[in-house]
Amino acid sequence: MRLYYMQLMCRLTAMAAVWLFGARCRAGEGPFFVTYTHQMEEPGNLEFSAKSATGNPDRGHPFVATAAEFEYGMTAWWTAEWYLDGQATGSEGALFTGFRWENRFRLLWREHWINPVLYLEFEDIDAADKTALEVVGHDGVQDLTAPNQVARREKQREMEAKLILGSYYRGWTIAENFIAEKNLAHAPYEFGYAAGISRPLALAARPETCNFCRENFQVGVEVYGGLGTWAGFGLRDTSHYVAPTVSWTLLNGTAFQVSPSFGATASSARFLLRFGVSYELAQFGRSVGAWLRGGRQ
Amino acid sequence: MRTRAIVLAGCLLAVAWAGELDLLSRAPGAAMRNPLENDAPAARAGARLYAHACAPCHGLHREGHGRVPPLDRAAIRQAPPGTLFWILRNGSLRSGMPSFASLPEPERWQIIAFLRE
Repeated sequence: MRLYYMQLMCRLTAMAAVWLFGARCRAGEGPFFVTYTHQMEEPGNLEFSAKSATGNPDRGHPFVATAAEFEYGMTAWWTAEWYLDGQATGSEGALFTGFRWENRFRLLWREHWINPVLYLEFEDIDAADKTALEVVGHDGVQDLTAPNQVARREKQREMEAKLILGSYYRGWTIAENFIAEKNLAHAPYEFGYAAGISRPLALAARPETCNFCRENFQVGVEVYGGLGTWAGFGLRDTSHYVAPTVSWTLLNGTAFQVSPSFGATASSARFLLRFGVSYELAQFGRSVGAWLRGGRQ
Repeated sequence: MRTRAIVLAGCLLAVAWAGELDLLSRAPGAAMRNPLENDAPAARAGARLYAHACAPCHGLHREGHGRVPPLDRAAIRQAPPGTLFWILRNGSLRSGMPSFASLPEPERWQIIAFLRE
């Protein structure tokens, strides 16, 4: 039994070493927080990112909500992600609000003008979740102001599907997402959308290494919002946001993103500030496999 | 009858798989020329991009690894630039090579300038 635990400790230490010293590569998701492009994670790579949203809604308390995201390239056409969500609200404390598990499947083998990706997600969160990773149905500022003690009692076990359409044109990344979400316990289907466009500041890389090269910066804008429900489809009483966004990738592969989001309707929060950091470990799966096999490649 | 169907399906899959492996000879785009051909700074930039985008799988010295083919071979250096460009853009999703269409075109040409050095 003692030998078993020693072996287990060795393997866990090895995995931690892989995590700390494994090969790194550029996190390349672009500057968007809500909109998905058709870019998939490279097979075997693990990307860790933290996406946060902070705001101070009217008739509510200031808050910061964070989603920790682990994205793994299962194959060249299948990417899986795991999210852990939490939030802290002024005068109300901090709490864990749930998890999400999502899968993205690229539907065509080749690159086309428009590239479809199917996104399927199961989420088990409570109504106190304020990460606002998507806006659907009649989501609005009232979801950000409910007291935590009340909101956390409402469980939201939901299935969500997205049709992601992505294109690259002369250095521009253009993406549109159509969202359908269903609470498994009650409530009708809810719909939403997100769209974004972005571009690096330079399309060619410089020969020399530099953190502040223009090609390391991407700028863009995304719009997203709700489209009502099955019973009441449309823009009435829905919230919509316009969000300029910028990302900066360092030489060591760490990427920072920031995006001020401006509410466009009375139902929307007036302002949300999103910020995030991501880091990608190249060939994480292969390294872990080799370590678990005792160093054999 | 059922065994025959299984064998036939297996053969078809094997042919499809072999086709993916032989991507270099099947990829179109041979007529395209690299606008950055023989551009030394572009090749240096390509080396930098290669280290980020390609080396994790193909190796820092292009030596390949397991099922991932090496890129330091004559077939790559002599391949038409347009063919390499097509492969970078589309990848070979069934055999595990992702698409690098997210890289802007000039960066893809820089990588190809490096690979053909």
